[in-house]
Amino acid sequence: MTVLLQAEGITAGYGDAPVLQGVDLTVPAGSITAVLGANGAGKTTLLRTLSGLLRPARGRVVLDGLDLRGVRVEEMVRRGLAHVPEGRGVVTELTVDENLRLGGLWRKDRADAKRALDEVYELFEPLARRRRFPGHQLSGGERQLLAIGRALVGRPRLLLLDEPSLGLAPRVTGQIMGLLRTLRDQTGLTVLLVEQNVRSALSIADSGVVMALGRVVANANAATLRDDEDMRHAYLGF
Amino acid sequence: MDRFVFLTFDGLSRGAVYAAFALALVLIWRATRIVNFAQGAMAVATAYVGYSVSTATGSYWLGFLVAVLGGLALGAVAERVVMRFVDHSSPLNGVVVALGLVLVIQGVLGMIYGNEFRPAGTPFSRDAFTVGGISLLSRFDLFVFAAVLAVVVLLAILFTRTAVGLRMRASAFAPDVSRLLGVNVGGMLTLGWALAAAVGSLAAMLVIPTELGLHPNAMDIVFVSSFTAAVVGGLDSAVGAVAGGLIVGLLLSYVSGYLGATVAPIAVLLLLVVVLLGRPGGLFSSSAARAV
Repeated sequence: MTVLLQAEGITAGYGDAPVLQGVDLTVPAGSITAVLGANGAGKTTLLRTLSGLLRPARGRVVLDGLDLRGVRVEEMVRRGLAHVPEGRGVVTELTVDENLRLGGLWRKDRADAKRALDEVYELFEPLARRRRFPGHQLSGGERQLLAIGRALVGRPRLLLLDEPSLGLAPRVTGQIMGLLRTLRDQTGLTVLLVEQNVRSALSIADSGVVMALGRVVANANAATLRDDEDMRHAYLGF
Repeated sequence: MDRFVFLTFDGLSRGAVYAAFALALVLIWRATRIVNFAQGAMAVATAYVGYSVSTATGSYWLGFLVAVLGGLALGAVAERVVMRFVDHSSPLNGVVVALGLVLVIQGVLGMIYGNEFRPAGTPFSRDAFTVGGISLLSRFDLFVFAAVLAVVVLLAILFTRTAVGLRMRASAFAPDVSRLLGVNVGGMLTLGWALAAAVGSLAAMLVIPTELGLHPNAMDIVFVSSFTAAVVGGLDSAVGAVAGGLIVGLLLSYVSGYLGATVAPIAVLLLLVVVLLGRPGGLFSSSAARAV
């Protein structure tokens, strides 16, 4: 098992109150890792710290052997890390096409950026039909596809996804989960998936990390978490 | 009728300058949610430098180029050194800092160049062509139209057709998302301020010769008219800024021509009140509110 991302003893937060209190996390390459837990457990803060939007007070993040301390947010994408923030992060004033192109602007290899864009249109047929539509005219599911598609244009190695199922119909959530599984199986994409929708997340994840009040309280493979009744009752609510 | 035609052309010519200046205000507003009250003073400063170069070298065009490039530089410096550090928790902070910049710039200009009007020449004649006894436009007016049109077209191409323009728009709408996608948001802000200030400098070079000449306060009234134009157009809309500029230019020309110049400022205020009462977002505001 190759480790793609490793977080060690992360303490981070806003102002004086740390949200994360010594979080350790290991994400193996080519796997889907689900981060689970109730509201306020620190899941979003964890993703923001991993992508550099938030600087940890203590601890460090290592991506593919390289320490990310001091690496600026806008550099992360060049290191293969894509973060799709909560609320989908689509720039609603820009068109579908502009949003997707934005995902590849940093790339030096223009030809491959164009190829990646075409691939996303092939993969997400609803987006191809709405190229010239501004983001605010898309449905919630389409926006989520757009946000994920935009990340894929950068051909990331690690995709951080924050609550992709938020506000979506179960059928659409199912489609997105299926898509993530396909991407993992076919392209070897590594996914760190923050979800409230525990069932959906565990249905595709290889392993799960359960957080509560800024700490990791469990870390096991997905099947174990699904079958652990005490864990489900205590932290996952089903 | 002759008079009406004359006033219309005169209004359009003035309006074109207001449109350019309003466009510069909109550029900065869209990127930073700050109305750059210092834009007039910054533009005058670069016009002084431009005319100094023209006088020293004897070439109007060299001075013109220096003024516009000076605008680029001054805009970048203003953003990097001053505006970047403004705390955005209250919208007033940016206004107060910008007003402070106005005082500093006008004070320094007064110390260097003195507080009297200095002549500002034009590269083309300001004598109007007459057609059938009606005086229409001068060569300089045509130059003004061409310059403003070029600015509008170039900005439109920049923002809608180029990668840099896409980066600038994305940075303005969603800074955090843009950074996650590898966009240097700080750099885009600096570039936005630089471009806006350069457009402001160009507008100053176009309007100062048609008024009383160079003076540290030469752009104050132009600023008021252009700010009105930008607000009337909807502050967020580039098309609105251009339309607003032309509307304000025509209004000022007609009111000055038929009712007297002293009534003109009141007419501008009335326009502002009427538009804000009828359409608070401005004439060209988009109805879609941004969901955060």
